[in-house]
Amino acid sequence: MNTWTTRLDNPLSVRLRDASVTGYAGLGLGVFAAFLAIPPIEARAVVWPILAGILGASLGVWTVTRGRRRLGWGAVAAGVIGIGLGILATRSSAGNLSSVFDATLFAQTLSFATPLIFGAIGGMFSERSGVVNIGLEGMMVMGAFWGVYGADKGNSWALGLVVAMGAGGLIALVYAFFAIQLRSDQIVGGTGVNFLAVGITGYFFVTLYHNNPIPNGVPLLPNVHIAGLGHFLEGSIGDLNILTWAGLALVVVSYVVMFKTPIGLRIRACGEHPRAADTVGINVYAIRYGCVVLSGVLAATGGIYLSEGPQGNGSFLFDMPQGVGFIALAALIFGNWRPAGAFAAALLFGFSTAIGLRLQVYSASYATLFNALPFILTLIAVAGVIGRTVAPAADGKPYAKQ
Amino acid sequence: MTEPTPTNDPGLVPPAEDGSITTFAARLALKQRSGGFLVPLATVLLAFLMGGVAIVATQHGSIGTRIHNALRAYNQIFDGAGLNWIAHPTTSIADIAAYNLSQTLLQTTTLILTGLAVAFAFRCGMFNIGGQGQYLVGLIVANWLGVDFAGMATLPHILIAVGGATVAGAAWAGIAGLLKATVGAHEVISTIMLNWIALWVATWIFGDGGPLQNSLNPADPVSNPVAHSAQLPTFWGPQGFQGVDIGLFIAIGALVVFWVLLNRTTVGYEVKAVGFNPDAAAYGGINVKKNLIRAMAISGGFAGLAGAVDMLGYLYKYGSLDVGVSQVGFLGIAVALLGRNTAGGTLFGAFFFGALLYGTNHGLQVIQHPVVSAEAGGDFTYIIQGLVVLFVGADLLILYFWNSRKKLRPRARGKPVQAPEAAA
Repeated sequence: MNTWTTRLDNPLSVRLRDASVTGYAGLGLGVFAAFLAIPPIEARAVVWPILAGILGASLGVWTVTRGRRRLGWGAVAAGVIGIGLGILATRSSAGNLSSVFDATLFAQTLSFATPLIFGAIGGMFSERSGVVNIGLEGMMVMGAFWGVYGADKGNSWALGLVVAMGAGGLIALVYAFFAIQLRSDQIVGGTGVNFLAVGITGYFFVTLYHNNPIPNGVPLLPNVHIAGLGHFLEGSIGDLNILTWAGLALVVVSYVVMFKTPIGLRIRACGEHPRAADTVGINVYAIRYGCVVLSGVLAATGGIYLSEGPQGNGSFLFDMPQGVGFIALAALIFGNWRPAGAFAAALLFGFSTAIGLRLQVYSASYATLFNALPFILTLIAVAGVIGRTVAPAADGKPYAKQ
Repeated sequence: MTEPTPTNDPGLVPPAEDGSITTFAARLALKQRSGGFLVPLATVLLAFLMGGVAIVATQHGSIGTRIHNALRAYNQIFDGAGLNWIAHPTTSIADIAAYNLSQTLLQTTTLILTGLAVAFAFRCGMFNIGGQGQYLVGLIVANWLGVDFAGMATLPHILIAVGGATVAGAAWAGIAGLLKATVGAHEVISTIMLNWIALWVATWIFGDGGPLQNSLNPADPVSNPVAHSAQLPTFWGPQGFQGVDIGLFIAIGALVVFWVLLNRTTVGYEVKAVGFNPDAAAYGGINVKKNLIRAMAISGGFAGLAGAVDMLGYLYKYGSLDVGVSQVGFLGIAVALLGRNTAGGTLFGAFFFGALLYGTNHGLQVIQHPVVSAEAGGDFTYIIQGLVVLFVGADLLILYFWNSRKKLRPRARGKPVQAPEAAA
């Protein structure tokens, strides 16, 4: 009879009290808190981000009590981090702020995401076929070094790209032999591949270049210039590298191949139930070999972007990926082994790298510390903010033919 | 009821339905039973054989000259590690072979501890790639406690610094254990991320304007040296100039602790049970989550101790630029795998990789006309390390070699024994 109680039970308000709604709202508020002081809104008082952050965090606590613990704690964390970043942003001068957030931030996010996209999509092929690929980092470092070497000797970036892909495919073939044919433990084998690749590239770098930097004038991967888009768009996508565009295309292509073609179905069958796939006449070993080698080729393409792209400028450094391969692996897991998810995760990690780099204007002594930001974020992401992800059923399990 | 059940044999693990073996600890147990000492030896030889390909590829001249040079390079690494000391044993550190050997022992000390860190986690079915990060955290804390508590008496100061670094390493690894136990985050990803976080924290902390940077020269991104009261006494070679310190005995003590812990205590029993089969362990009343966290923390404690022993034993101070160069934590993986995650095996694995690490990095610097330059030597160690890890991880390769060895001499073994009871 009471109108007040009946209103509480109407569908809309029930849905609003649902744990997942409050959880995501809390997450959103936490992120919002961090952005309050940035140009579009520019709230200069410290109180606003704190208020938004506290609101987000309390929604998170509510969500935890309603059973969605993981989402709730995520919202709490987002709220707290949002308060911190918001305070940082309001306290700093407007000049610093505009140098941190502008149109090129978008371009830089895409730029840092590019090697992650290639690595994560490469990893997706390998893992969807049932082979865990911890060795992505090693395949990337192969691409980074042999790509510069090829571009230097052949005096062409395209040749460098081909050499990088070949080197990545070759080390992936070695890994595939151990993981598939010898049924080696895939985590241990992948770790071995990482050490091996760091050793090989370092050894040949020192021996071929006598530990000097690779000479100037190595042809670089070109940028694609697009004019006439207006100020913001031109700043963000008007001058992206050719591999960045290739990476965006790869996301679409790999989705179609993996989920809309017979070959994709076969790959997934090998990753979910290899015995069943074998029974219906699919050559599990051949599919897995192909997928692991493809993952090496793609990861090496991501690797050459590090040395031959806009950030590397044609020089190679020892152990160049510096963890990018592992972040790509985390992006794959975070993206639930799907191209779009991996792409979104790669953007998130690319964004955090770009932000970490830009936050260095605030403090020279803390600048080094901001390099750790993408790794902290990856750790939090993998620890699982949004629900558990499900790996392919036979991922990491060697298959023995009968 | 004479039919033997699989569970009666502690080494035998029931295979999964498709014939594959489920956990890594179980896989290693299988390998433990096959081949004994010969398989690790064959692994090392195979790795050197394959690693020689890299040397041959970068040499000039005929193929015979190249192979000759590769052999010369190995000989130089052998001498660089001071292993030629055995020809003229002397305790005088002025002898170059004796000096090199003493440096190899210093590396061995560290690698025993980082190897134990990896081995302990393996025994619980986890792969701790985070030894490097835990080692760095140990270095940081040992330096901080060693510098800041200057003026204390020697023994309590050493105990505080060593204990603090061990606890810090344990806590750092404990994060990964906690994440695995509570939300199921794979320890490989989380320990790798913790490695990078530790690397950047260490770079910052010892670097320009960092909290532990030295107070004398603000242009130098190096920490203060630890106080004399916190330095471990040396027993071979000069104090303060890379003499062999009592850290070697601490490491050997840790080997004993590792063995006793695993084989003679309830903690070890539970850790091994979880490693073999978590479901069966849970069914048997063992708290799996607690053991995952505990095993990871103990594992990190060994790595943190390694950091303390290095810092207080012979490094004394650490630079921002040294952080990225260090590879002892990663070498611990190869040490543990080569040593099959046992105490004795880890000792041998640590000595092998200690010799390789020193022989390739520094030993080559004092040798006339090295085939492999000292700069490339560290990378060569990475190659051998990678090959060893690859080969040790390959069950079939090892079983194949072991079985073919048996096939080569079928007569020597006689007829297969029909029933073990008959012999007893």
